[in-house]
Amino acid sequence: MIELEGLTKRFGSKVAVDHLTCQVRPGMVTGFLGPNGAGKSTTMRMMLDLDNPTSGTVRIDGKPYHELQEPLKYIGALLDAKSMNGGRSAYNNLLCLAQSNRIPKSRVDEVLDTVGLSAVAKKKSKGFSLGMGQRLGIASALLGDPEILMFDEPVNGLDPEGIHWIRNLMKALAADGRTIFVSSHLMSEMALTADHLIVIGQGKLLADTSMADFIHENSRSYVRLRSPQQERLRDVLHEEGFTAVETDGGTLEIDGATTEELGELAARHQVVLHELSSQRASLEEAFMQMTAGSVEYHAHSGPGEAEPPPTAGAAGAGWGEGWNKPGSAAPQSVEGTTGTENKGA
Amino acid sequence: MASVPAVLNSEWTKIRTVSSTTWTLICAFAVTVAMGAGVSALVNGTFDDLSETEQLTFDPTLVSFSGTVLGQLAMIVFGVLVVGTEYSSGMIRTSLAAVPQRGTLLFSKIAVAGVLALLVGLLTSFVSFFLGQALLGDRGTDLGAENVLRAVVGAGLYMGLIAIFSMGVTAMLRSSMLSMGILIPFFLLISNILAAVPYAKDVIRYFPDQAGSKIMQVVPEAMGSDPSPYGPWAGLGIMVAWVVAAVLGGYLVLKNRDA
Repeated sequence: MIELEGLTKRFGSKVAVDHLTCQVRPGMVTGFLGPNGAGKSTTMRMMLDLDNPTSGTVRIDGKPYHELQEPLKYIGALLDAKSMNGGRSAYNNLLCLAQSNRIPKSRVDEVLDTVGLSAVAKKKSKGFSLGMGQRLGIASALLGDPEILMFDEPVNGLDPEGIHWIRNLMKALAADGRTIFVSSHLMSEMALTADHLIVIGQGKLLADTSMADFIHENSRSYVRLRSPQQERLRDVLHEEGFTAVETDGGTLEIDGATTEELGELAARHQVVLHELSSQRASLEEAFMQMTAGSVEYHAHSGPGEAEPPPTAGAAGAGWGEGWNKPGSAAPQSVEGTTGTENKGA
Repeated sequence: MASVPAVLNSEWTKIRTVSSTTWTLICAFAVTVAMGAGVSALVNGTFDDLSETEQLTFDPTLVSFSGTVLGQLAMIVFGVLVVGTEYSSGMIRTSLAAVPQRGTLLFSKIAVAGVLALLVGLLTSFVSFFLGQALLGDRGTDLGAENVLRAVVGAGLYMGLIAIFSMGVTAMLRSSMLSMGILIPFFLLISNILAAVPYAKDVIRYFPDQAGSKIMQVVPEAMGSDPSPYGPWAGLGIMVAWVVAAVLGGYLVLKNRDA
């Protein structure tokens, strides 16, 4: 269990983390989401006592980090891939960490095996690829067999196989009853791994909700129709009480209807359809809208006022049921959107 | 709280598992011994060419430590790298996550590296001394002579203290490149050049290397050097004060800055 209370960090006049209060609970993967520069890494560094908060507290199992006896046994963290001495072998990098916390030597071999680096254990880590460096970092996090694990952008630099591996690792660790706290700027990534979501923007808490609730609130499925007889189709839909919204591409989007209903309707009225498909807007859009809102809010008025976060439901984007079932159609469509993630946020 | 023996053990592993430790310390030893031997042989061969003052204040012990001027640079590099690599590699965040008691981490590191530097320094000074005296032949002295043992042990302490001073400075500057860029020119050039400038030398003699190196002299005003207002032990004391200040400064920076 990690508890943040009123955690604030200022760098000069810039507020990086703004009165953040939340809890990270055991037995699940908590996703920590925010666009680049939202304050995720700063928050994580404060959790580890690496950065001093301007105000507020962090408690790990009820204690401040520096009061933990041999902290690697309580909490393991992957901050960035470049946090090891490249002149030292992977094994020795882990060995000196293990010794400082009186973790037995045998554990070093175990974690190297877990992350698949046994073959290069004696190699200097400066020759490692980004993905191997990331694995070494994860090995160091696992070293003390801690109950709490923190990963800052763990999938950065990993190939698809590595991404798949780390997702499964996090889920397995959470299933053991551990507290898993993982940051990302990719909603799609979180949708696949996280059970709970903490969203921040500009250092402020925007949402603290379960993944299921988030999806429920933001899920909006609609049917897309395209027809050479657009006008006719619109009239028919209007008569039947459906509201059709015309998009830029000349297609119609209809909320609250099924493809079956609309297909049969078109058949009855002999309207030719070129497309009839069920659609779900990406969760990524909901997230972007949510964080973009916080940016706008800050642009118009000064910091310090309390304001409820923009309601997620208003985002008008939905994405659905398949989020926790890898292999269903939804994750694939989401992965297609990762290339265009929140550049504008 | 972290267990101090465990942290010492960990720091020892850190030091012995990087190649820079071996080559900087071997370099410190080899350069000091070789240059001391060379100068001793040279002085022995050209004794008659020395000025009268130099002949009157001839100090065979000090002559055998002539290599310290260059050898100390390798000790500085050792001290800088021991601390600086933590910052340049990003390891410092991992290290602090494992040992959040920053004082324990820094002092353990300095203790382990400092003891190692002192031991190598002592080995270097004894080997330099014996080799130098052998090469000086009849003009040499021996360990039993008055104050000679003090000077030999002192030369070893000087080498170790230079390394510890560098560790403290690097902990303050948090960068290997910056620390080397300041320390090496300072000890190689500035201190030695300014020490020859009138007025400036009254201040420079209180600098760590100038004060500390007095301990290597057996003969007062050895080799025609200027008289100093402090004795050999007081000189080393001044150097120790510098070292303590540097290490404390490093501790305060580490304690208060974000990693």
